Amino acid sequence: MAESEIKLLGAWPSPFVMRARIALNIKSIDYEFHQEKLGSKSQLLLESNPVYKKIPVLIHDQKPICESLIIVQYVDEAWSSGPSILPSDPYDRAIARFWAAYIDDKWFPSLSGLAKAQGEEAKKAAMDQVREGFLLLEEAFGKCSKGKDFFGGDRIGYLDIALGCFLGWLRVSEKMNGVKLLDAAKTPGLAGWADKFCGDDAVKDVMPETDKLTEFAKILFQAKANAPPPAN
Amino acid sequence: MAEEVKLFGTWASPFSRRIEVALKLKGVQFEYIEENLSNKSPALLEYNPVHKKIPVLVHNGKPVAESLVILEYIDETWKHNPILPTDPYEKAIARFWAKYIDDKLWPAATKVLVSKGEEQKGVTEEIQEQLKTLESELKGKKFFGGESLGFVDIAANIIVFLLVAQEALGLMEILTEEQFPVLHEWYQRLVDDAVFKECVPPRERHLGFFKVRFGSSTASK
Repeated sequence: MAESEIKLLGAWPSPFVMRARIALNIKSIDYEFHQEKLGSKSQLLLESNPVYKKIPVLIHDQKPICESLIIVQYVDEAWSSGPSILPSDPYDRAIARFWAAYIDDKWFPSLSGLAKAQGEEAKKAAMDQVREGFLLLEEAFGKCSKGKDFFGGDRIGYLDIALGCFLGWLRVSEKMNGVKLLDAAKTPGLAGWADKFCGDDAVKDVMPETDKLTEFAKILFQAKANAPPPAN
Repeated sequence: MAEEVKLFGTWASPFSRRIEVALKLKGVQFEYIEENLSNKSPALLEYNPVHKKIPVLVHNGKPVAESLVILEYIDETWKHNPILPTDPYEKAIARFWAKYIDDKLWPAATKVLVSKGEEQKGVTEEIQEQLKTLESELKGKKFFGGESLGFVDIAANIIVFLLVAQEALGLMEILTEEQFPVLHEWYQRLVDDAVFKECVPPRERHLGFFKVRFGSSTASK
């Protein structure tokens, strides 16, 4: 079979890009990583994702796939002989997809809401939302893991990837606000899971170090503070 | 064990109607439960405690929520008359466009009904851009799903709801044949489809629904 051409357009700080990288790692797929520069978009990115102009984009034999969770499912289905990323049972798949959608639609906005919150009250409200989300996810973890290490069972799977990609930024938020958001006392399952996830072979090389990410966060927030207000 | 399929929905929700289309395309017998969203049933709250929303599909006692998640569950459980392609790349493209419809078209469609004046004009232009994008994706196929209705066509039922709303509120028609020849033709095919047309709200009642819900806040064209 001819050698496949696989490119991933992304950036090291992006949790969404990390999802794609973890999926590719699980399947032991070799790929070319194209690092996009902060503040500019490459021609290849603009051509491959004209609708959103966002990373990650997976380009497989010149065919682009966009949207991180869609990429993860694509990788699982296109390389079906490797370890499975989604569960095999349709109901378990539906549960995994449900919680991944919850993470993207509700939980992650509460985390990024914390970064944007101005003033003590707003920050506290945002933190409460993040923690409430974790309580729901703790329950989900109990049901999905069935006593094993990961949402996916013995190995990391779709839902582990969907949530775990945010652990770097979560730790940055905790550090910058001087608080604990993922509390082992309140959500012991998730706390244990988080450490195991970060130590997983498919994850550890693509999870940014908290210090490096914190430095990046400072640069990012400074750039946003200095930028002119976005035109509407 | 006999198969038990229940759908919790509301007659005017495009998300709920999507599930009806999929179940009917597959010939799945189901019990439909109409919810009153201002007085949600204990069953709904039990089956969807996280969002407390419809639609919820309950299959042999096990609930599935979120319309696109439910559609994939239906396709994987009842495998005949598939609504998603089998090829992984084609499947990824279908998922992309269904998500685009929910992430972009739906918010714009709800906004256009409540906005006024310049803001409404702006959102209308946004929707036109989105329809243009969808039209170029259709690329001469009969349906987004190819020869027959698929995942994206079902998700695009939102367009039907938008057009009824616009008519009800006396807003400028958005999906004109002049501006969107390809999409307009697709739209006619969609609403004429034997299964799809059973799964849209009854027209007069639907027009009335929009007039009551949004009527007082609309601006003139």
